[in-house]
Parts: sequence; C-alpha cells; structure tokens
Amino acid sequence: MTLAGWGQFLALVLLLALTAPPLGRYIAHVYEGAPSRLDRVFGPVERWVYRICRIDPEREQRWNVYALSLLAFSVVGVLLLYVMQRVQGSLGFNPTDMANVTPALSFNTAVSFVTNTNWQSYAGETTLSHFSQMVGLTVQNFVSAAVGMAVMVALIRGLARAGKRTLGNFWVDLVRTCLRILLPIAFVFAIVLIATGVIQNLHGFTDVHTVAGATQKIPGGPVASQESIKLLGTNGGGFFNVNSAHPFENPTKLSDFLEIYSIALIPFALAFTFGRMVKDKRQGYAVVAVMAVLWFGAAVTLQYLETGGNSALNGRGVTQAVTATSPGGNLEGKDLRNGAAASALWGSTTTGTSNGSVNSMHDSFTASGGLVAMVNMKLGEMSPGGVGVGLNGLLVMAILAVFIAGLMVGRTPEYLGKKIQAADVKLVAIYILVMPLIVLGFTAGSVFVGSVKHTSIFNPGAHGFSELLYAFTSAGNNNGSAFAGLTANTAWLNSTLGIAMLFGRFFLIIPTLALAGSLVRKQRVPPSAGTFPTHTPLFVVLVIGVILVVGALTFLPALALGPIVEQLKILH
Amino acid sequence: MTDETRKLVEPEILQRAVVDSLVKLNPRTLMKNPVMFVVGVGSVLTTILFFKDLSSSSTDENVFAGLVALFLWFTVLFANFAEAVAEGRGKAQADTLRKTRSETVAHRRLPGGRGVEEVPSTGLDLGDECVVAAGEVIPSDGEVIEGIASVDESAITGESAPVIRESGGDRSAVTGGTRVLSDRIVVRITARAGETFIDRMIALVEGSERKKTPNEIALNILLAGLTIIFLLATVTLQPFAIYAHAEQSVVVLVALLVCLIPTTIGGLLSAIGIAGMDRLVRRNVLAMSGRAVEAAGDCATLLLDKTGTITFGNRQADAFIPVDGVSEADLADAAQLSSLADETPEGRSIVVLAKDRYGLRERELVGAELIAFTAQTRMSGVDIQGRAVRKGAADSVRRWVEEQGGTISAELGRAVDSISAQGGTPLVVAESSVPGGPSLRPPRALGVIYLKDIVKPGIAERFADLRRMGIRTVMITGDNPRTAAVIAKEAGVDDFLAEATPEDKMELIKAEQRGGHLVAMTGDGTNDAPALAQADVGVAMNTGTQAAKEAGNMVDLDSDPTKLIDIVEIGKQLLITRGSLTTFSIANDVAKYFAIIPAMFAGFASVSVLNDLNVMDLQSPRSAILSAVIFNALIIVMLIPLALRGVKFVPTGAAQLLRRNLLIYGAGGVVAPFIGIKLIDVVLTALGVR
Repeated sequence: MTLAGWGQFLALVLLLALTAPPLGRYIAHVYEGAPSRLDRVFGPVERWVYRICRIDPEREQRWNVYALSLLAFSVVGVLLLYVMQRVQGSLGFNPTDMANVTPALSFNTAVSFVTNTNWQSYAGETTLSHFSQMVGLTVQNFVSAAVGMAVMVALIRGLARAGKRTLGNFWVDLVRTCLRILLPIAFVFAIVLIATGVIQNLHGFTDVHTVAGATQKIPGGPVASQESIKLLGTNGGGFFNVNSAHPFENPTKLSDFLEIYSIALIPFALAFTFGRMVKDKRQGYAVVAVMAVLWFGAAVTLQYLETGGNSALNGRGVTQAVTATSPGGNLEGKDLRNGAAASALWGSTTTGTSNGSVNSMHDSFTASGGLVAMVNMKLGEMSPGGVGVGLNGLLVMAILAVFIAGLMVGRTPEYLGKKIQAADVKLVAIYILVMPLIVLGFTAGSVFVGSVKHTSIFNPGAHGFSELLYAFTSAGNNNGSAFAGLTANTAWLNSTLGIAMLFGRFFLIIPTLALAGSLVRKQRVPPSAGTFPTHTPLFVVLVIGVILVVGALTFLPALALGPIVEQLKILH
Repeated sequence: MTDETRKLVEPEILQRAVVDSLVKLNPRTLMKNPVMFVVGVGSVLTTILFFKDLSSSSTDENVFAGLVALFLWFTVLFANFAEAVAEGRGKAQADTLRKTRSETVAHRRLPGGRGVEEVPSTGLDLGDECVVAAGEVIPSDGEVIEGIASVDESAITGESAPVIRESGGDRSAVTGGTRVLSDRIVVRITARAGETFIDRMIALVEGSERKKTPNEIALNILLAGLTIIFLLATVTLQPFAIYAHAEQSVVVLVALLVCLIPTTIGGLLSAIGIAGMDRLVRRNVLAMSGRAVEAAGDCATLLLDKTGTITFGNRQADAFIPVDGVSEADLADAAQLSSLADETPEGRSIVVLAKDRYGLRERELVGAELIAFTAQTRMSGVDIQGRAVRKGAADSVRRWVEEQGGTISAELGRAVDSISAQGGTPLVVAESSVPGGPSLRPPRALGVIYLKDIVKPGIAERFADLRRMGIRTVMITGDNPRTAAVIAKEAGVDDFLAEATPEDKMELIKAEQRGGHLVAMTGDGTNDAPALAQADVGVAMNTGTQAAKEAGNMVDLDSDPTKLIDIVEIGKQLLITRGSLTTFSIANDVAKYFAIIPAMFAGFASVSVLNDLNVMDLQSPRSAILSAVIFNALIIVMLIPLALRGVKFVPTGAAQLLRRNLLIYGAGGVVAPFIGIKLIDVVLTALGVR
C-alpha cells in the first residue's frame, strides 16, 4: 500500500469517526419520534403527506402488516418503473431522444432499482431519458434505501421493546426516513458534489470538436442530484455506464474521496442508531467494531493487492511501481486520476455495502483482488453493509453467534435480554440459507445455458466462471457491481438476475421482519453476571468468526474454482 | 467423576449398546435426526456405488470407495452407539425398578369395617384403603391415614436407613414398592395402576417418554439449516467442477458433504441430553421433564429455606452469659442440670456445651422431679434437692422469678437484648428454692444461654459461586427480620424473606418472574405446593407430601434441599456441553476443507494448482479424503465420554466461561482436526492406501 493510500484511508476513517456518531444519534431521534426543532419544517409536510395518503401515523403495525405494506409498496414501485421505461419516448425530458426500453431490460432495471441493487444491464447515457433517470431511478434511490432502513428500525424495535406486538408503522418510517434523513443529507451532498465539478443540467448531447479534429458527443443530465443519493443510499446505479469512473460523476480526487465517504457514512451511523435505540450504547459500539474490522480487513487487503500490481507482469519489462507519470500498481481498468489505492478503497467499500457503484472495473482487479470483492459480498455485505439491510444481516449473524456460542455459558442463549428460541433460530436459519441458495443455485443453473457460455461470458476458464459467479453474488446480495466482462443484457441473464435480486431482497426482508415480530413479543431477561456479554471485544471476535466461517464454508468450493484457482495459476 | 467413568465402560451396558446401535439404523429412527439421516443416505449411496463399480474400477479406487462407505456407516453407528450408551445406564436401572414393581398382594379394607380382602396390587382403585403390616410391601402410592410405621424406601432412594411415615402432617406420603419394617399402617391409594411413582420413574430413567427439550429443538433446527447449506454447496459444486473440466465422482461428493455437515454435534446431541438427565438421576433427583433441567440452568433466583438448607435444622447452644456476679461455671452447671432431661436437640446441645467447656459430666438425677416444657409455661427444668432450676424464654422465666419474689436486674435484660440483636435465641436460666420447701436459695436469674443457628459449613462459598454465576439467593425463614438478617449475613445470601408465609413466598416468586427472572425453589409441605407449581424449577422433597411432589417438576429422593444448587449446575453443564460441541463441530470444518478441496481437484490439469492448498501435505488425494472421513467418524467416538460426563463446569461468570470454552472448543476445534487428519493420513499411507 502506498503512503498516499494510507493517508487517504486514515483521513476517511477519521472523518467517519467524527461524523457517523452524531448522525446516528440524529437518526435514532427521528425513529423514536422525539420532538425536535426541525418539526417546524418537517411536521407540516409530514402531516400533509399522511393526510393525502390517508395514513394514521398513530396506528402501529404487527410484523405481517408491516411486511405486506412494504411488499405492496415495492410491487407498485416495480410496476411504475417498468411502465415508465417502456413508454419513456413519449414522456418528455428526453433531449437525447432515447427510445422505449425492451421488456426484459425494463423488468431487470425496475427490479434492480426497487431492490436497492442498481445492477445495470444497460448504459445510462445511451438507454434512458432524463425523465426516467430523475423521476424513475432517483426516486427509487430514495425510497428503496428508506425501505431498507424501515426494516432495520423494525428489527431494532423488536429488540428494544418487550412484551409488545407492533413494530411501528411502515408508512410513517418510510416518510420520516425520506423526509428527515435522506432528502436533507442528499440535498447538501449534491450541492457539495456540484462544487467539486459534478454536472447538473438538463442538456442533451453537446457536439464538441476535439483538438485532434474529431467530433465528440458530450452527454449532459441531472447527474449530481442522482449521484448523491446513489452513494448515500447504497444504491450504486450510475447515471453513466462507467459509473463513478466517469469524470462527470466523479471529476476530482476530492469528489472521489467524498463519494467513498458518503457510501460508508449512513451504514456506520446506523450502528450508533442501534446502540441508542436499544438503550445500550456499548451494543452499538460492538456492532460498529464488527463492521469496522471487516471493512478495514477488506480495504487494506484490496489496496495491498491492487497497489502491488499483477505478479504475472513481473520481470516482463513492465513497471508497476509509482513513477512521476504513473500511480503504480495494477492499473488495468482503473482511472489514472484515481490510481490503484483509491480504486481499491472504493472497491472494498462498495462491495462491503450493498452499493455496487464503481470507480474502476472490478473485472480487471487482480485475481485475489476480485476474490476480496466477491468475499465481501458473499459474507452478506456487513462491512459496513447496505443502509439498513447491512445492519439487519449483522444482527442476524450476532443472534446466530449468540445461539451457537451462548450455550457455552450455560444459559438459554439471549441477545439483549431476548431469549433465542426455536422459532427465532428457524428464521435465522432461513435467513442464512436464502442468499447461498440464490447465488449458488442460479450460478449452477447458468453454467450450461448456451447463451451464457457463448455470449455472456467474456473470458474462458476460471475467470469466465468468476464473472458469472460475481454477477449472481452481486444480484443475490443486492449489490449491483459487476465483473463487467459479462454481457448481462440477454434474455436469460436479465430474467434470472432479476429474480435473484427479488429473492435476495424480499426473502431476506420477510424473515427479518418475522424475526422482529417474534422478538418484540418476548419479555426481557435482566442481565446478570451469568448473562452472555454481547458488548465485549470477545463477542466482536466471535461474531466476526461466525460471519467468516459460515461464509467461507458455504462458498469456498465455488471460490476455489474461480478466483482462487486463477490466482494460483498466476503464481505458478 | 472416576466413578462415573468406570460405570461408562460396564461391559453389559456396552454390549447392549452395540446391539442397540444396529437397531437404531431403522430409517424411521434415523429420520428424527436430520444430520444423521443425511449420513445414512450417503452410506447407502456409496455402498451401492462401491458394488456397482467393483468390477470396472481399479483396485485403488475400489479400496477407496469401500473404505469411504465403511466409515460413513461407522459414522452413523458411532452416533447410534453414543445414544445407546447414554440410554444404557437408565435401562439397567429401569430393569431393577421393574423387579420392585412385581405384583404384590394388597389387603383392601372392606366398607363398613367388615375386615379385609386380598386383591392384586394392580386391581386397586383410587381411594381404596389398604392395610400394610410389618414385612409387607406397600401395594401402591398413597397416604397414611392410620398409624405410624418405619418404612424401608431403599428400592427407590437407595438409602438403607428406614424413614418414619405417619398419618397426618407432612410425613404421610408412601410410595408403592417400598416395604414396611415395623408396625402397621392403613394407606389410602392415590395413584392408578400404571401411573405410580415407580412407573413414572421407570419411564424417566429409561427415556421412553423422552421429548426433545426446547433448546434441543432449536439447536436441531440450526443443524438442519447448516446441513441444507452444505448440501447446497456440495450439489452445486458438481456443475462448477464440470465447467472447470474437473468432474467429481459421487463418492467424493458424498464424502465432502458428510465431512461438512455437523455430524459431531448431530451424532452426540441426544446422548448429551440423556446423559444430563442421567446425571440428575445419579444424584437421586428425578426430573419430570427435560424442560425443567434446562430451566434450572437459566435460573436467576434461588429461594432457599433457611432451616435444613442454609442452617442445620436446630439451634445449638453457643455460649453461657452469666449476670449479676454469677460465675460462668455456675451458670453452665445450672443450665446443664436443667437440660439433663431435655431430649430436644437444643437441650442436648446445652449439655454437650457445658461438658466441652467446663468438663461438667452428665450425672444421674437422684430424687429429682422433671418439669417438662409446656406451651403454657414455656419453660422446662428440674426440682432437685430443694433447688428449682428453670430455663426458658426470657419473659416466662422473668415472670417465674418474680412470682417467687425475686427481682430481675437490668443486666439480664441487656444480655437478652444483645443476643437477640445478634440473631440468636436467648434462653434464660434461673433458680429458686422449691416452693414450699426450705428457702435455700433466693429466687434469681443466673444468666442466659446463647442458642444459635449454625450455618452449614461451606455454604457461604457455594453462595459466592452462585453469585459469580449471576444467580441471586434468597433465604426464606419464619424468623423475625432481625434474626433473619444476621443469618443471611453470615451465610452470604443476597436477600432474605423473614416471617414468611406461603402467600409471601408466592408473591416473591411472582415478583421475580415479572422481572424476567426464572425462579427455583425447594419445598416439602402441602402449603408449599402452589409455590412449587409457580416456580420455574420446583424441587419437591421425597419425604414431603403427595401434593408437594405433584406440584413440583423435580423430586429429590434424598430430600436434601441443598441439592438445588447441584441441579442448577447440572442444567448449566448440559447447555455448556451442547454449545461447546456445536462450536467444536463447526470449527472442525475448516481443516476438512483444506484436506478435501485440494484432493478433489489435484488430479485435473485445469485446476490442479489447487493442490497448493494442501497445507497438511497429505499423501494422495484418496488418502486425504479418507483421512477426513475417518477423522469425522472417530471424533464422535472420542467425544462420547465428554458428551456423557459433560464439559467440566467451573462456577464463574459468563464472560470467563465464554472465554475459556471458546478457546478450548472454538480454537481447539480449528486446530485439532489438522493434527488428527494428518496422523490418520500417515497411518493410511503406511497401510498402503494410495
């Protein structure tokens, strides 16, 4: 790792350490519905929304009603987004004259944005109108993130409340998340991005004559407004095809740094929110520690691997060291402005959350670098995790860790005073089963499909397999990043990836809410010296161990035949 | 422990277990254990493949497939064996109990006092009254309604000293199958044939009614979930392997699957549960459900009766405190004199103290008139040679002295108050001339005997252990708060409930439960029954009433209330053993991957570089896979003693326990198989497996 790489990383850690805790406190405040000075601003808007939508904010929901509300909201979201793309040619705000989108791609994209995945089988600047980008995708960027946070707050309430039945009101949580958390932060951040040079206009293509005498079409569009929520809401869908590697999305070193920061900000803040809402800040610190250790591990390893360069090139007259004209390291698929370290830091952060935006091409990472990105997602994206859903996954793993090892203190395992019983374990087992089922099942079902073998997979052998495995890992975990060598815009992959995204979203959300529903009914067992402590470094190590062991045991065979064998071959 | 280990290898039990482990191969039995069922299916599959390919494959390949199939069968058999051994002791004990239950003849009283008729004990109905004379076996469970007798209960308690059973009160319950040694009693039958205490006991020790406990069910769900995940990982590996031009044989895939699924804990889980119950039975505690044993591990509050649990049943004389210039020796002499005829334990202790401290020997009372204790006088004593000596409660003795015309000094009052303040019971000793006789001695108080509750030795340390484990102890006593506080302090309990009525006790339990605490208590009287039923763990004393025994969820055959603490520890140990072996089982998988994954792919040019992951440097792909399979089977056998004995329990706080067990079973679980698999590989290679 380079000195600049370390400097950037430490600055990022410092900035997060300073800002995530107060943001977490604010978010807890919002979800607890505590009175605030901001009520003067937001209160009337909220009441207006509730009145129009006929929401009774006082009426709380049980887990099943909460889940049904969420599902209904998502179904409507998919339908609207699908129809919008199918007829975008006649909806206006279309200066680049984009045609209506095909059915398979419209389905894939609609599902992709509603599930907070933002997998893109298309190139934004050559497929979507400004209307679709603004009214379709950007809106979903907000609400899909809010849905994830709503599920999280329901789970936290499940742990924080005792002997109750309800988890809150989905509509209220949705509205408050958008209005009081996401919109203000995204607004401010969009302005900051514009200041760094990100574009924000409604132009179409501008023809420019280059120095070399050629003519080039330069796209325009409302980029900053979409960019900010794309990162803050761990969505990841770029306005342009090359995502944040595009100079209009990510023009400078400073914008790059701020954008990485904005990916990790809310996920880390939510851990502090958790600690406050369960009235035990130490529990929040333990969760932050798990997130941070996993993130540090992935970020440092990936930066080390990418700045180290490709060992196959050693001794072949290629310089991979830092020079006056080169940032050094493995530079294939990377923007020279960013260099290997910043690209790797982004890569590890985007795969550790459910973001999936990129500032470099993951397909061109070193084989072990690609492995790190894939493992980061396969662990369930908990470092620090997607907004809301990352914390959910982490809490489920904490409950699993408590159940496995908690017996070792001689009591029925309990987490935050809630006894973990058969019904809860069943839901935890379903939760940890769903993602591998999607990822391994769809990958296994795809390797022999003709279109996949002959059209989609770009590279032969192990790397080609990695591309496919990465795609379903990304879809199943709602990440959205890709080994872009894979041509995903085919009928088979558009549909299977679409299904993978839906399953990966809702078949995790439903058990999570059911778990919240089961936990909220339980009485709290007061802690004593005999209680399994869940705020100690030992517990942090235990949870990390369980996450790593469960993830590794599930995916090691598949990874062995993909990136691991590829890396070993390079070493030979 | 050594005693228990020796019992584990009793040849009859082992022989029977070997047969049972074959019987348990019945698919319907296996089905109850998802992990072992998968191994069973794998065994059948590999066996079929072994025979199918016998003629077409190479010798090495045949040896490999045969050995994999063989050790998969062993894996199932070892798990069955573990369960069978755990059940073995219970079954042996049940056989002994069955002999006791053999039919006896009952003498049923005919209505209207028309004598008795002989009926077989199985023909008795509820409410029948039977006459049982010395030497006869009590035909069924019941309550003594007439008479008093000494009964030999060794058939169920193992305790050879006879116990007294009498009508009325809290000592009226008798158990069918026990023998009357002396006298004659009339018993009213309270249990139907087939539902007697012995029947229930047989069912319990034999495990025939064993239901999975809540925690065991939860763990089974998790193990089933993990099994499905590993099934998925293995099944999808084949298409990936074919894509990589490295197609695998089914035998290898089955071997991988069986090594990954949690067979160690899956195979030992029910043995751990049975052994946990058995540990209780060995300590003469019958738990009516496994649920209660688990609940014991969760208890946060123990309610302990002062008398019998914390202190010895009786107060004992601890000091003589003379007043008004009387010498201590004189007081001791008078106190002993007044107690010579007193056969109560308190009286005996006064005689003994006087002897120990002042060398005063017991003497013959010649020409003495003994004054017995009555509820009216609340004094006892002796009139001897014109001298009257009395001892008793302070106010009674004071009145007696004043009636004789004496006066009571303030010093006595102070001595009495000071003893009360220290939680003791003051007994005042006074003397006078025998009324109507010569006035030899002026009526006066000599001093006070300090009667003290003696806290059982070692009890304070056990309470300290409990506190470290996060368990609160609450002492229940009928004493006044001042006395209770002193004993509570001395014994080191966390709290006490003084002047407790059954209602107070019930309210205390409910209050604890409202706060989310699980409560354990012991009891024996009928008025304890509601509280025993309300408590999460209610241990009834076997000497107690039928009502108490039915209300509780455990019965202590030794009637030792201190055992509650053991029960809590056994409950904890049961859960710890399960957790430790689960952690161990899952941690083992890491090494197995490093053995199997390189071996699977080493033979295929496209992916043979994966052999770099062969960190254990295992000899050949076949020996590597076999070593993992064999390790997987043998580890079950090696852990049977641990499963049966339970993981060593150290009474400390959760944080230390967790650290210790995570280190041993988590870190140990990662390291152990690396060593084990390597050793087996060396042996296999030496034996010629290629």
